[in-house]
Amino acid sequence: MNILSGNRPGALPLTLLLIVVVGCLALAPFLFPGTRALDTAAKICIFILLAASYDLTLGYGGIVSFAHTMFFGLGAYGVALMLDHLGRGWLPMIGGAAAGAAAAAALAFVIALFSLRVRAIFFAMITLAVASAMAVLVSQLSGLTGGEDGLNYQIPRELTPAFRIGKLFDVTVNGKILNYYLVFAGCTVLFLLLLRIVSSPFGRVLEAIRENDFRAEAIGYPVLRYRAAATCISAAVAALAGALYAIWLRYVGPGTTLSMEIMIDILLMVVIGGMGTMYGAILGATLFVLAQTYLQDLMGAGAEALSAVPLAARLLDPDRWLLWLGVLFILSVYFFPTGVVGRLRAMAARSARST
Amino acid sequence: MSAAPEHAPTFTRAGLGQRLTPWLPALLVPLIILAGFVLIGSVSSWLTLTVAGLAMGMMLFVMASGMTLVFGLMDVINFGHGAFISVGAFVGVTVLLWLAPLAAAGSVPANLAAMGAAILGAMLATGAMGWAFERVVVRPVYGAHLKQILVTMGGLIVAEQLIYVIWGPQEIYILRPEALKGAVTFLGAAIEKYRLVAVGIGLVLFLAMRLVLTRTRIGLLVRAGVENGEMVRALGYRIDRVFIGVFMAGSALAGLGGVMWALYAQLITAHMGNELMVTVFIVVIIGGLGSVEGCFLGALLVALTQNYVAFLAPKLALVSTIALMVVILMWRPQGMMPVAKAK
Repeated sequence: MNILSGNRPGALPLTLLLIVVVGCLALAPFLFPGTRALDTAAKICIFILLAASYDLTLGYGGIVSFAHTMFFGLGAYGVALMLDHLGRGWLPMIGGAAAGAAAAAALAFVIALFSLRVRAIFFAMITLAVASAMAVLVSQLSGLTGGEDGLNYQIPRELTPAFRIGKLFDVTVNGKILNYYLVFAGCTVLFLLLLRIVSSPFGRVLEAIRENDFRAEAIGYPVLRYRAAATCISAAVAALAGALYAIWLRYVGPGTTLSMEIMIDILLMVVIGGMGTMYGAILGATLFVLAQTYLQDLMGAGAEALSAVPLAARLLDPDRWLLWLGVLFILSVYFFPTGVVGRLRAMAARSARST
Repeated sequence: MSAAPEHAPTFTRAGLGQRLTPWLPALLVPLIILAGFVLIGSVSSWLTLTVAGLAMGMMLFVMASGMTLVFGLMDVINFGHGAFISVGAFVGVTVLLWLAPLAAAGSVPANLAAMGAAILGAMLATGAMGWAFERVVVRPVYGAHLKQILVTMGGLIVAEQLIYVIWGPQEIYILRPEALKGAVTFLGAAIEKYRLVAVGIGLVLFLAMRLVLTRTRIGLLVRAGVENGEMVRALGYRIDRVFIGVFMAGSALAGLGGVMWALYAQLITAHMGNELMVTVFIVVIIGGLGSVEGCFLGALLVALTQNYVAFLAPKLALVSTIALMVVILMWRPQGMMPVAKAK
């Protein structure tokens, strides 16, 4: 399979699951009509890409970064600022995405030089500090970025609901659906690119560095350069994901692109899906976004059922859904560090051995 | 037998620069204060800002010292440290609200008793929580930094959510005890009494910590553990006992810092610890991971810079801290006073 760069999902149940998820996403406008469903599908696509790019540093590079939302936000704000200042059009949109990606890669490079030089854990702390400073800066520079309110802007007319093409399977094909397919195609291409990168010699060296950086250095691989390159690529892809998100939402604000909550969401997605597998990002992001959208309804029902018990009702309050995901997160780091994907692969390997 | 050849070795005296080098980090603090004086120009505002900076620095030191010690001794990087700050603040404030009549009374001893009880309650609660955290969350991931960061971050999320479950989602306002309200005037500058108390607590704590670390047997064990844990174990000491003791002490210190911050800001939220962690990380990094003295100086530097810059150019306050960190890391990539083990 050339398109997957020879890096197949591996286990049969996993392959089937992935085909279902990707198939549903590919046909989402026709399978699940309605604005909320389409919004959820687009969000899943974008977060799959974002989680996959995070997996490049976390899972393959073994580096924890807390600035991934900052790069995501840079891409989103790149598109937003260009469209806001230069007016609607394809050129400002693409230019904004490119500028955002370049800025993200440059910033990642500088941070990497400062922190990875000494020891990898510095990176976690420094990225956390820089990312929160950036979030504060963006909300303070309200003249440029719209502050806490964010920016609304116009995207090319071909991508808006006002642009109608015709009917297909009883669904009116309009610009919104074209926009969805732009997001879907962009995410697919970039995801396959990431898959290509991790399956290349570069990706293998990265894994070697993750397993034993001292040894990799001794063999002659410049560890710092590889790690810095990985963070730069990951930052650039995250920025492109942000650009797609900005095109989809037609709005950017600190809450949707830069907040620490999103960073934690990405972390949960990658860890629950499976670190260092790429496919984990697909399952993790899908599960997470679905849980975020629909689990809260379920918990609300649970809280009502238990409203007689004082503390249990509060534990099941829909606003406390992050509590349960946090517990799930800790448990999955302990008991299945390779996540859902690793589990499914191990199960398949066991059954293959026993037959 | 011939006599030894006659020669009188002479040592060249170390130059001034060489002798100053180890003291440079300590000299940075007065330098910053001086720079602040020059830039601000007005004695009264400068004095107010300096005291505010020192108070904030002491609080940051109290919060950060536990984290840096835990790192130095156990090589554990605890991203959940912020949870202890929040829990400390919430427990302390709860105790203070129970003792509201004492805190509002006009007599100084009653006020101090209320504050003492709040601090004690917070430190006991966070100490116990530290014990549980070490047992449940950190114990299985010793030696694996990546997992530590992830797991302690997960612990932070859960702890923060549990605060919401227990205390509800609203922020809580708290008034300082009567005796700590108001300000004293000195050289035309109004200085809040509470800030002086915070400076006092921080200084006492720093000196006590240094005393324990350098003059007692436990401190010797801790320092030896930081230097070479395996050797200490080989000599027959149960270093894991020391580990858990230091972890609890570090958590209790974070709790104390939380109470102090709560009374300083007079407002607490469940994510205050998480927000403070950003500054705490910067302090720990520029001080040098694992070093208590570095942490003390780092906290003062960060807080003073932040206060001065907030006065001179309000929008740049947080960015200035990042700039400070970048400059210090360019000068000393390991932080100002790196500890031997920090690889």
